[in-house]
Amino acid sequence: MDQQTLIYLVVGATFALYIGIAIWSRAGSTGEFYAAGRGVHPVANGMATAADWMSAASFISMAGLIAFAGYSASAFLMGWTGGYVLLALLLAPYLRKFGKFTVPEFIGERFYSQTARVVAVIALLVASITYVIGQMTGVGVTFSRFLEVNATVGLLIGAAIVFVYAVLGGMKGITYTQVAQYIVLITAYTIPAVFISLQLTGVAIPPLGLWAEHTDSGMPLLARLNEVITDLGFANYTEHQGSTLNMLLFTLSLMIGTAGLPHVIIRFFTVPRVADARWSAGWALVFIALLYLTAPAVAAMARLNLVDTVQMNPVGTPDQPTFIQYEDRPDWMRTWEVTGLVQWDDKNDDGRIQYYNEDNVEFARQAEERFGWAGNELTVNRDIMVLANPEIASLPNWVVAIVAAGGLAAALSTAAGLLLAISSAVSHDLIKGAINPRISERGELLAARVSMAGAIVLATYLGLNPPGFAAQTVALAFGLAASSIFPAIMMGIFVKRINNAGAVAGMLSGLIFTVVYIFVYKGWFFIPDTNMLEDTAEFWVFGISPLSIGAVGAALNFLVAYVVSNVTEAPPEEIQDLVESIRVPRATQAPGGDD
Amino acid sequence: MSIDRQAGDAYWRANIRLVRTLLVIWALVSYGFGILFRPLLSGIPIGGTDLGFWFAQQGSILTFLILIFFYAIRMNQLDRQFGVDEE
Repeated sequence: MDQQTLIYLVVGATFALYIGIAIWSRAGSTGEFYAAGRGVHPVANGMATAADWMSAASFISMAGLIAFAGYSASAFLMGWTGGYVLLALLLAPYLRKFGKFTVPEFIGERFYSQTARVVAVIALLVASITYVIGQMTGVGVTFSRFLEVNATVGLLIGAAIVFVYAVLGGMKGITYTQVAQYIVLITAYTIPAVFISLQLTGVAIPPLGLWAEHTDSGMPLLARLNEVITDLGFANYTEHQGSTLNMLLFTLSLMIGTAGLPHVIIRFFTVPRVADARWSAGWALVFIALLYLTAPAVAAMARLNLVDTVQMNPVGTPDQPTFIQYEDRPDWMRTWEVTGLVQWDDKNDDGRIQYYNEDNVEFARQAEERFGWAGNELTVNRDIMVLANPEIASLPNWVVAIVAAGGLAAALSTAAGLLLAISSAVSHDLIKGAINPRISERGELLAARVSMAGAIVLATYLGLNPPGFAAQTVALAFGLAASSIFPAIMMGIFVKRINNAGAVAGMLSGLIFTVVYIFVYKGWFFIPDTNMLEDTAEFWVFGISPLSIGAVGAALNFLVAYVVSNVTEAPPEEIQDLVESIRVPRATQAPGGDD
Repeated sequence: MSIDRQAGDAYWRANIRLVRTLLVIWALVSYGFGILFRPLLSGIPIGGTDLGFWFAQQGSILTFLILIFFYAIRMNQLDRQFGVDEE
């Protein structure tokens, strides 16, 4: 069977599965639409959370990021997992005990302030919409790379699938499709990784293969990788590059941001009990770790594979060519050249693929003098490190098909979670919370479905016409979650004295400070050429990049909230009782008063 | 009510102590061993590099897992001990 047909079959089968689950898990009430009736098993919720969390970026791009940045990219690995410790210890069990449906709802009630709720809604909408655009474009890109359809058609197909299960089933439908999507994506990620690890090290478990001996050279894999890439003028893989302060703050911003992202937090509203919320956070990290422990192995191995593919002999070997002839390049390079993800430009007209670090001035000068190299000739998109893995490892066609389905599963599952966070903020916080509090249960369920449909249409439109801020997910979404949402929730639980004025002042100052710092370097509202300072390390305040500023914004939020609260009136008695009640798992009200 | 309050306060203090200890470990393995103190661990070789690299890329994630499950087990014990568990 040819490759295209096989991919259509596998992707089609997974889509049929998602639709089947949607029909089986229709939502009949707002409780089911917003929180899957709070009947999700903690292990199933852990799996759904893992799929919800691991986006197109985690699946397609993260290994490539690590492959080209080495140790410095560890911030992503630690940041995007360490946030679950904060979530499990500081937020999830208490928010489950609170027992409502949305993040702004908690903030609004705890701080007895409609303003606080609206600020939270704004932060949620900006963060989630920025995030969802990346998922929608990810769906289109995956389609266009693996299947002979253009990105627009691919995106529309993906949006139609999400439409069916998210509008029908809400959180209930999304939860069970996410469980299925997790299984698809982890299978797709693991199979090529196992084979590559076997080929390079003989170790069948990729996370262990990273530390094993490289079969061909007899050296430890990472030592071999360092030798090979530094020989070509690239930076040492395992050494620290750049500012330590910035790496600390970047890791911290990613952790706090992860814990504060509403689409992740609301997943913990779906489990039956407080104890389940604690367990579920652990299970979520187990399922995330399966991919995150493999990613650094894929990264190092793919980088070594790439160099070994084009380099024949060590640089400077007498009478022997260093690099392969363009004509002799392997099939996977031919395949991926079509997509533009691999590009070759024969700058010195010798028909060979010179691949080295031309930004290393000293190395480039010597290379030109001694060998006549006129610059680096091979441009490789980092996504290749995952997408082309099955072909690099010469795996059968069905593995390629599974990787395609895996990329789509990662993007669709995250998109669905984000869409639910967006639509529930609109139907529950804005329509029921602010505009029409007396709306009936049926009316709200209808409003929820209409909001979901609207959110999908908006996301599809923005996915097709991505605005400037779409590429700034890490800066904007994580910055907002870290600087406004996380501190507000945490203080709401842990510091009784924080009142309405303190919370609003804290959130606004954290949010405005963070967004302004990002705009100064990235351009006002991300409009090109409106940035006031150049976005490079020498212009950053204390070397702190706009991506790392969320942690500083969070600190400012805590500080302002604390000071303002202490000079204004303490929260009323019933709010203090509310805090007392969310701190203990046992219900203090009449039975059934929980929901 | 006052006895309830006192038990509740003791439960909350135990919880805070546990969270504080676990967060110290959380920070130590990631910000500490993975980044700041990495030079101190450079003498401990592992797979062609040093222990700090392992903590930054895998060790901290494994520690996070242990922390969350330990917290879940310990909190469920505290819930029962202070009589605040869900029936």
